[in-house]
Amino acid sequence: MAHYSPPTQSKVSQLIDVVVLVALTVGALFVPLWLGMAGSSKSVAAPVENPTWETLGQNATQAAQYEALGYTPASAHDLILARFDYSFTTGALLLMVAVIVLYYVLMLRFSEIEYREVISEKFGEK
Amino acid sequence: MAEVDITSKTMDGMGPHGTKVGLLRVLGPAHVWALGVGIVLVGEYMGWNFAVGKGGAYAALIACWFAGILYTCVAMIDSEVTSTVAAAGGQYTQAKHIVGPLMAFNVGLYLVFAYTMLEAANAITAGYLFSVVATMSGYEGTLDQRPFIILVIMFLAWLNYRGVLATLTFNLVITAIAFVAILVLFVSTSGLVGAGIMQHAALMEGAASLPYGWIGVLAAMHFGLWYYLGIEGTTQAAEEVRSPARALPFGTLAGIMTLLIAATLTWYICSGVLPWEFLGDGVNGSVAPLFDTARLSGSNGLIWLLGFGTLFATLASANGCINDASRAWFAMGRDKYLPGWFGAVHPKYRTPYRAIIFLVPIALIFALGAPLDQVITFSILSGLLEYTFMPLNIIMFRKKWPLNTIKRGYEHPFHPLPAIVLLSLCGITFFAVFLGYGTQLVAMIGFYIVVSLWFHFWRYRFVNRGAQFTMPWPKPQGY
Repeated sequence: MAHYSPPTQSKVSQLIDVVVLVALTVGALFVPLWLGMAGSSKSVAAPVENPTWETLGQNATQAAQYEALGYTPASAHDLILARFDYSFTTGALLLMVAVIVLYYVLMLRFSEIEYREVISEKFGEK
Repeated sequence: MAEVDITSKTMDGMGPHGTKVGLLRVLGPAHVWALGVGIVLVGEYMGWNFAVGKGGAYAALIACWFAGILYTCVAMIDSEVTSTVAAAGGQYTQAKHIVGPLMAFNVGLYLVFAYTMLEAANAITAGYLFSVVATMSGYEGTLDQRPFIILVIMFLAWLNYRGVLATLTFNLVITAIAFVAILVLFVSTSGLVGAGIMQHAALMEGAASLPYGWIGVLAAMHFGLWYYLGIEGTTQAAEEVRSPARALPFGTLAGIMTLLIAATLTWYICSGVLPWEFLGDGVNGSVAPLFDTARLSGSNGLIWLLGFGTLFATLASANGCINDASRAWFAMGRDKYLPGWFGAVHPKYRTPYRAIIFLVPIALIFALGAPLDQVITFSILSGLLEYTFMPLNIIMFRKKWPLNTIKRGYEHPFHPLPAIVLLSLCGITFFAVFLGYGTQLVAMIGFYIVVSLWFHFWRYRFVNRGAQFTMPWPKPQGY
C-alpha cells in the first residue's frame, strides 16, 4: 500500500472537532435527564395513611434502626414503600438487543477495514 | 520464541511517535496496586448500595460475587494483554494494535467517560461528606456543597498536573488508610472484638430478604459492577512503570484480590446494621453506607475513622480517575484520533497536562449538574461497553499472535473460558441496566454510533496509518 500522508488540520478545525465531541457527549448524557426519560425513579404504589412501623411492615429491629438514624414512621414512609417497576415489553428488549448488536457489528466491520490499511502500510502486503 | 522481547524494561512507548519528551518511568507494583484499588475502593464507600435498592441485601451479595467473577476475568485478560503493551492508553492502545482504529477510538472514549463520571461521583460524595460533618459540628443551615465539589476536582487536577509519582504516592497512602478503616470497622462491629452489632437475620427476614424476587437479583447486577469498577485502570500506567511485564499483572491481580475481600466485608458490615430500604437508596437514604454504619456503632472513634476513610477513598478514586482519563485522552491526541494539541507532555513535570486541564470542566459539568445515581450509571455503562470489548480483544489477540509468536509477561489460564464467562456476564448486566435505565443505555449507544460514524468518515483522515502501530510485534497472522 502507498504511504498515506494525512492533511494538516487547522487550529480552527481542531477546535470545531472538540466542540462537536463535547456537545455530543453532554447531549447524550443530559438529554434523557432533561426530557424526563432517565428512568430509575421509584414510586409508592399504595401509600399508608398515619403510618406506624407495623403498617410499614417493619419489625422491632428494623424500626429501632430507623429510629437510631433519626427517622419517624412518617418521614420514612416514602423511603420504605417506594419500589422500582421492572415491567418491560418484548419489543423494547428486542430493540435494545438490536441496538447493541448493530453497534458492535458496525464497530468491528469498520475497524477491520481500517486495520487492514494499518497492517498493510506497516508491514507491507502479504 | 519471539525475535524481539516486547517485555523489555527499557523500551519506551513514546519512542515510535518521535516525541522527544516522554512520560516518566518511575512507578513500581505498589503504585499500580494503589492506582487500581485507589480508584475502586470508593465503590465500597458509596454507590454499591444502589444494588441493595435494586433487589435487596441478598441480591446485592449475589451481584457482588458475580461481578467479582466478571472482574476477575477482566483482570486476567487485561493482565495478559497489557503485559505486552507498555504504552499509555491502556485498553485504547490494546484495541489499536489488536482490533482496529475505530474500536480503539471507542474504547478511548469509554475510558475517558467511565473515569470522568466516576470522578464526578467522587466529588459529589466528598461534597456530601463535608455537609454531614458541618451538621455534626453544629451547623444549622444547609451547607452549599458546590464549592467543595469544585475544590476537590481542582486540587486533584493540580496534583496530577504536577507529577505522577507524587500523585500515586499520595494515592498509596490514602488508599491504605481507607482499606484499613474497613477492616477496623469489621473487627469492631462484627463481634470479633467486644460485643457485635450485627443483626442480619432480623433485618433481612420476610419480605426484606428478596423484595423483588429473582428479577431483583438480575437488576442488582447493574450496580454490582460498582464494587470493582475501575480496576482495569491499572493499565493506564503502562508507560510510567519501571517494569511493565512484572508490575502490571502483579499490581492488577493483587488489586482484584484486595477488592473481593473489601467488597464482601463491606456488604456484611452494612447489611447487618442498616435496613435495606435505607441502605439501598443512595440519594435520599444512605449516601455513604460505611460511614452511616459507623454512626450507628455509637463509637466516636469509628465515626471519625470512617469519615476520613470515606473522604480518602473519594479523593484517591478521583485522583486515579483524573490520572487515567487524562492518559487515555492524551494517547488519543498523540495518535491524532483527537486534535493533536492534546498529545503534549509538560516539559518540566512530564505529565499530559493539556488533557488534564481539558477534562476538568467536563467533570464539573456532571458533578454539579446530574444526580449521583445517574452519574454512576453513565460511568457503569461506559465500563460495561469496555468489558464487552475485552473478550473480543483477547480472542483476536490469541488468534493474531498465538502464544509462541510473542513473549507475554503473563499468560492467563483456561483461555477461552474467561472470555466466554465475561461475555455472558456482560450480557446479563446489559439486561440489568435495561430494567431501570434502558433510555440511558440506548442514548449512550446511540451516541457511540454517531461519534463512530464521525470518526470513520471525518476524523480518521488526519491519522497516520502505519505509524499508529507502535509495538515491536511481528505481523499479525491472517494479514
